[in-house]
Amino acid sequence: MGSSTLSIGFFFAFMALTLAITYWAARRTRTTEHFFAAGGQVTPWQNGWALAGDFLSAAALLGIAGIVTSNGFDGMIYSIGWLVGWPIILFLIVEPLRNVGRFTFADVVAYRLRQRPVRLAGAAGTLAVILFYLIAQMVATGSLIKLLFGLPYTWSVVVVGSVMLVYVLFGGMLATTWVQVVKAALLMGGGILLAFLVLTHFDMNPLKLFAAASEKYGTKVLQPGSKVVSGQWDAISLGLGLMFGTAAMPHVLMRAYTVKDAKAARLSILYATGLIGVFHLMVFIIGFGAMVLVGADAVAKAGGGGNMAAPLLALAVGGNAFFGFICAVAFATMLAVVAGLTLSGVATLCHDVWTNVIRNGTASEAEQLKVARIATVMISIFAILLGIAFEGQNVAFMAGLAFSIACAANFPSLVLAITWRRFTTPAAVASILVGTLSSLVLIYLSPTIQVDILGKPLAAVEQQWWFVSLRNPAIVSMPLSFAVAILLSLVTQEKNANLAFDEMQRRILLGPVQRGADEPARAKSAA
Amino acid sequence: MNVVIPGKPDLAPSASAALAKKLAKKRLTVALVLSAAMIAIYFGFMGLFAFDKPLLGTILVPGLSLCIVLGPLVIVSSFVLCLVYVLWANRVFDAGIRDLR
Repeated sequence: MGSSTLSIGFFFAFMALTLAITYWAARRTRTTEHFFAAGGQVTPWQNGWALAGDFLSAAALLGIAGIVTSNGFDGMIYSIGWLVGWPIILFLIVEPLRNVGRFTFADVVAYRLRQRPVRLAGAAGTLAVILFYLIAQMVATGSLIKLLFGLPYTWSVVVVGSVMLVYVLFGGMLATTWVQVVKAALLMGGGILLAFLVLTHFDMNPLKLFAAASEKYGTKVLQPGSKVVSGQWDAISLGLGLMFGTAAMPHVLMRAYTVKDAKAARLSILYATGLIGVFHLMVFIIGFGAMVLVGADAVAKAGGGGNMAAPLLALAVGGNAFFGFICAVAFATMLAVVAGLTLSGVATLCHDVWTNVIRNGTASEAEQLKVARIATVMISIFAILLGIAFEGQNVAFMAGLAFSIACAANFPSLVLAITWRRFTTPAAVASILVGTLSSLVLIYLSPTIQVDILGKPLAAVEQQWWFVSLRNPAIVSMPLSFAVAILLSLVTQEKNANLAFDEMQRRILLGPVQRGADEPARAKSAA
Repeated sequence: MNVVIPGKPDLAPSASAALAKKLAKKRLTVALVLSAAMIAIYFGFMGLFAFDKPLLGTILVPGLSLCIVLGPLVIVSSFVLCLVYVLWANRVFDAGIRDLR
């Protein structure tokens, strides 16, 4: 009881702070440039924290710690996979994205190509990623809050959806950025403190912690197993999806636009990589700490599929107050991630679909802002309804699906648009659609849906001709998407795209054309 | 929306255009080499995880197995590669860009 009151107290403090930030940000959000990109005024250091905040979902703290607690080393496979995509963003994507685009990744893919078809396809790919990731987050949020605070599921989903709506609707990117920064700071602080308190029980020596774990549960906890990731090619496929999916997540890419220039974007990725890396190392300690100090059985008994490992550990090493704090941090984490996701969905609907497809690039500032706000309300309501509809479902696959689609639909077209002169409109459209659809179909035919969700016996579906044994489709869908793109580019010709390639390369290098050094915002005349 | 008009007159004279092309090529080479290094490190590790679990599970000293050494090393190496790129870009690449402007 006491700890629940404390965590609610912590949580209200977080809400009060973030709503004050939103009020402050709302008065500075006047144009689409502000709404989607915080006016390009965010510093690299802030943006690095915000990227970490956007990317570290509750899965990173609660989920991975839980997997480590029950399986040992294997939990780290996710930690590593979620980190190695960041260097790829830095080397291949962020500078071209920042210099060529304005709000979305489709800006870059469509730059040389025909706007309407490419933007529509890009929007379909992006919205599919966001939708699945958002549902996964909402459902996880609802059930975790139920577990942590005792609040009924429906109410948890409604509260999270409404608060997120307020951040995005009124404060746009500026408020969302600061919410991410505050949340990331709390998450890092909480994670480091928790890991530190664990290590004080082991003379500050992680090896003693691992030794204690293997004494209690056998050396298998220090060794790779096959429970978390089964199948050899499935492991490689999971790796592909995590690495290249991370490199093409729309809400991450969107942050390239919130800073002053390409150099600042580059620095913010470096900071984010460092922060996320340190956090994942802490989570590994936290997972093993929960294994030894709380016990794998006690964590499993607490319910929530192992997600209670970190909070229970906080209770064991830091008492009620720390338990409350970690619960509140988890809540704040979920809230911030859904806000970031929603904002990138809104950018796609408003900037790609409305402004550039429906209105052919002629919508006024006021109209775009209005559409953006309507889209925000729509996506929030949608997220709340779907969150409620999927209560109790196993939605872990949806997060995996989001990464698979990002990796197969968005990554190939983005890389080819930046680097390959011959890339054409039909190739881009087909590559995005094939990547999206093949990921969906492969997951539907895999044991993830057939056995885990539909409850068919594995032996029966294994006999079917359509059965796909891979749980992670990336190893098939990503090469397929690349192949379709390359093949179609070779058999089609697009003179304008070909001619504009040099101009695009120059812009990738030097940034948008001729802007006065003293004018910070991006060209106003563009609209 | 800033739609491209090919051949827009923002292009500098051809001498600087050649320099720009060279710089762009240099950046792409560095980016590709570093990406290849990251991919090799990560899929080297995942390859061992998928195909040679006993090797990764070798216990080196009590409380430490090979995978617990290599896993964090992959994490550290991704940061180090990022750092290498940023240092190169800040020193060499940005200087080149300044010369172009």
